[in-house]
Amino acid sequence: MLAIYRKEVNSYLNSLIAYIVMAVFLTGTGLLMWVFPDTSVLTYGFADLSTLFTLGPYVFMFLIPAITMRSFAEERKAGTMELILTQPVTDLQLILGKYFAAWTIVVFALLPTLIYYVSVYQLGNPVGNLDSAGIAGSYIGLILLGGVFTAIGIFASSLTENQVIAFILAVFLCFFLYTGFSSLAGLQVWENSALLVEKLGILYHYDAMSRGLIDSRNLLYFVTVTALMLLLTQLVLNSRKW
Amino acid sequence: MSLVIENLTKTYGSQVAVNQISFAAHPGEIVGFLGPNGAGKSTTMKIATGYLPPTQGTIQVCNHDVEDDSVAVRRCLGYLPEHNPLYLDMYVHEYLQFIGSLYGLRGEKLKTRVGEIITLCGLMPEQRKKIGALSKGYRQRVGLAQALIHDPQVLILDEPTTGLDPNQLSEIRALIKKISQEKTVIFSTHIMQEVQALCDRVIIINRGNIVIDSDLATLQRGESKQKEEVQRVEAIFTHPIDEMLLRTSLTLGRVEKKHGATYELEATAGQEDIRPAVFRFACEQQHVLIGMQQISREERPGHGASLEEIFRSLTVTQENPS
Repeated sequence: MLAIYRKEVNSYLNSLIAYIVMAVFLTGTGLLMWVFPDTSVLTYGFADLSTLFTLGPYVFMFLIPAITMRSFAEERKAGTMELILTQPVTDLQLILGKYFAAWTIVVFALLPTLIYYVSVYQLGNPVGNLDSAGIAGSYIGLILLGGVFTAIGIFASSLTENQVIAFILAVFLCFFLYTGFSSLAGLQVWENSALLVEKLGILYHYDAMSRGLIDSRNLLYFVTVTALMLLLTQLVLNSRKW
Repeated sequence: MSLVIENLTKTYGSQVAVNQISFAAHPGEIVGFLGPNGAGKSTTMKIATGYLPPTQGTIQVCNHDVEDDSVAVRRCLGYLPEHNPLYLDMYVHEYLQFIGSLYGLRGEKLKTRVGEIITLCGLMPEQRKKIGALSKGYRQRVGLAQALIHDPQVLILDEPTTGLDPNQLSEIRALIKKISQEKTVIFSTHIMQEVQALCDRVIIINRGNIVIDSDLATLQRGESKQKEEVQRVEAIFTHPIDEMLLRTSLTLGRVEKKHGATYELEATAGQEDIRPAVFRFACEQQHVLIGMQQISREERPGHGASLEEIFRSLTVTQENPS
């Protein structure tokens, strides 16, 4: 698994993808945080990072599928799938290697945003007037959210040999899982089970974490969805044997 | 016994790709796996490497079952897939190190092994390049190096020499010969000279069935021992006739027009006297046959059937049973 992980990270770093993703992510969030007047912290008047954490997921929704779209689709297209699957690695090792590599790139993209934290910390009046616990929780939430999106992206990539299809499918699935359930819960058909429907979506759990409370139920949710997506991927890989 | 295939069957839907084939290969043996396109060669190889599961039957590689102990099988097996897929954006060095690390090689050991294999496969001059920048021959070497990096006991090469120029061809062949001393090598090919140059043993497969499994030497000797009977007949018609029709309807070896409407017919392969058949042919086609004479009827030694002929006779006739 480690060998696959190392190779995947290297190939991201060697192929511009990682740099472009980081550059776009940081430019995008940077503009939203500091420049665009509608969302800027400077015009907002409160020292917090809520812009980053509410808009971050939407940026991730497009960037993470772009990172993951090639992972299996390209192997299928180039025929290297046959090569890698006849090496002494299990399907799960292969999937996990690719998954953690892509997630690493996502986390790397997130690291420079710590500068935002420092900046807002300094801008507070008095200095340091900032909900650090809430921000830490949000960071953990965002990293876990990135993990879920990555797993979705890997799954979508395993379904097809066309990277564009993998990308679009992943964006849709991320979007649906993130806000889709919350929006569906707003329909007037659920009666008492509306909350249950909302809880199926990521948004509910992500918001809960953003409040700075690391609840094991929310953690469990993120881990479960990630595991589910990766197991589905394994199922897809295994389907060659059916 | 390093590779044992027993009653292997593979079906895709209703199509039978491989039908009940069995064979075993020993260390030190180079087995040429021949067959027309779509005969089931690649399928058999893919099953042996654990990429596809068999529908029925078992394959054991180094005493591990392909289905139950797939990872152990892959560990003692080197595989060069058809079309030789490679990560084109990786460097030769990097790629071989990656594959080596998949087999659990680490640190110094990995480095020395990659160095060894690069020398062995003649990749020295290109080792600092990206795989995508290499010529086909060198890519093929990288593929081979990949299959060899862990010093496998069994080597499965699916058409390792397609698309190479004659120089590269002989180099790759020499390389296969060199590494095959203590290993079991199974390779598929369409090129007959290659089998003659490399193999100890030939397995010809057609439409999923093994049609021959024999030592190369025995196969060629056996065929050349057979004698064939040749009879030549001169037939005279009043008017010229359709030579092709005559040839095909009587399955003659040769029909030669000598002069006017006089033909010399030649038949081989132990047929009965062909003269009655020629007479009946003339009647049916409403030609007037005015003379016929047997020129000679003799046995002559078979002309050391080449592998190519054996291959054709075993695969073509079965495709068109008439």
